[in-house]
Amino acid sequence: MNTLIFAFFRYFKQLLIITYMSLGLSGWALAQQAPDEFMQKLTNELLDMVRKDPALKSGDLQKIGAVLDTKLKPYINFQRMTAGAVGPAWRQATPEQQKRLQEEFKMLLMRSYSGALSQIKDSSTITVKPVRNPGNENELVVRSEIRGGAEPIPIDYRLEKTAESDSGWRIYNFNILGIWLVDNYRTQFAQEINAKGLDGLITTLSERNKSNNKK
Amino acid sequence: MNLHSKSLQFMRLGSGLAVMAVMAGCASGPAATSKDPFEATNRRVSAFNDQVDTNLLRPVAVSYQKNMPDPVKKGVTNFFGNLKDIWSTVNNGLQAKPMETAETGLRVAVNTVFGIFGLFDVATMVGIERSSADFGQTLGYWGVAPGPYVVLPLLGPSTVRDTAGWAIDNRYDVWRTEVDSVGLRYGGSALRLVDKRVGFIGMDTSLNEVALDKYTFVRDAYLQRRKAATQRNPSSRDGDDGDDGLRNDQ
Repeated sequence: MNTLIFAFFRYFKQLLIITYMSLGLSGWALAQQAPDEFMQKLTNELLDMVRKDPALKSGDLQKIGAVLDTKLKPYINFQRMTAGAVGPAWRQATPEQQKRLQEEFKMLLMRSYSGALSQIKDSSTITVKPVRNPGNENELVVRSEIRGGAEPIPIDYRLEKTAESDSGWRIYNFNILGIWLVDNYRTQFAQEINAKGLDGLITTLSERNKSNNKK
Repeated sequence: MNLHSKSLQFMRLGSGLAVMAVMAGCASGPAATSKDPFEATNRRVSAFNDQVDTNLLRPVAVSYQKNMPDPVKKGVTNFFGNLKDIWSTVNNGLQAKPMETAETGLRVAVNTVFGIFGLFDVATMVGIERSSADFGQTLGYWGVAPGPYVVLPLLGPSTVRDTAGWAIDNRYDVWRTEVDSVGLRYGGSALRLVDKRVGFIGMDTSLNEVALDKYTFVRDAYLQRRKAATQRNPSSRDGDDGDDGLRNDQ
């Protein structure tokens, strides 16, 4: 009897270990989707969407906004992008100011990159380069190239590890032709903040977006 | 003799520093940064360039874009692109990049022979890609610092290093050195300029929309792009992430 109970417990314990291990492994696999695989999949899907939808290609801002708010939302950390552009002053901003800054910056960025979509040709392909030995496991750079023209166009992404998206990764900065987008706004934002304060920056951004939308 | 050349060097250095000091004294931009000590002057030159562009270059480019048949435009772009590839090949060689040198060199050969002196870009059709390179980039690649940002009259954004590089680019510009007929040479150079400007139509209007301060936007983009282009190891072209305002929160 004693041995029977003992055997049962041993069996049960093994079962538990196996269950834990398989649970743990699948959870690990989900969180550990390779960053380069994630980017290749995401960019291919986007490329397909743009090819199939003439409205997206022509830079229809409403459509692009819809894609951003649904498809891309889990994969982009807009808060961090905005904070990066605003710089140290972000920490002094009230939650309301932060929200406004984020909204206006997003509008401005949509405007700046909607034009680029029309450059995408049917023959364009995206090659994501494998990530090897990232210095930091939680924040890394994934490089890619758009091919199809005479010279490949380099596009890089900064990714952060996150539990908030199913892929385990979120973009918080990107780089076209060697130019980091967030960094390129930092000095301009600082100029506005130094001259007119955070609210001044928000006003400037929202006025710019309004006048852009009239065109 | 030795002493003489040393003192000469010192004199040169001294006068160089004096010029720099005088120029730096003039700098008083809204936020003079270390990369852009001549901001006030640069802004004036930028404004002048914008005037020339709005009143002359852009209208010509827009009309060229509208009225020229596509095959002609394409041929012009390809032809000057092929000439540029020659100089890119030389510079890729000077940067000791064997793959880029071979591939861009192969482009020149293929396009000159099969593309009828570069009028057709056969190389791109068969997947031979271009690696653009210029002499300013070569200098940067071997460690020459960019120096202060300068906006050149009519030529636009540059740095001290890239201006020197441009002088060499220009000195060995095949079109300038090999075409004997003065009329053809200047006509061709003008056509090349218009063709280049056509490539920026659309981008110029969107630049006005997305930049809060166009001057700063262009400057920072130019400096970032050149820094990336002169990076020895492409995997280190991570840029300066700076303080992203979240550091304390996370």
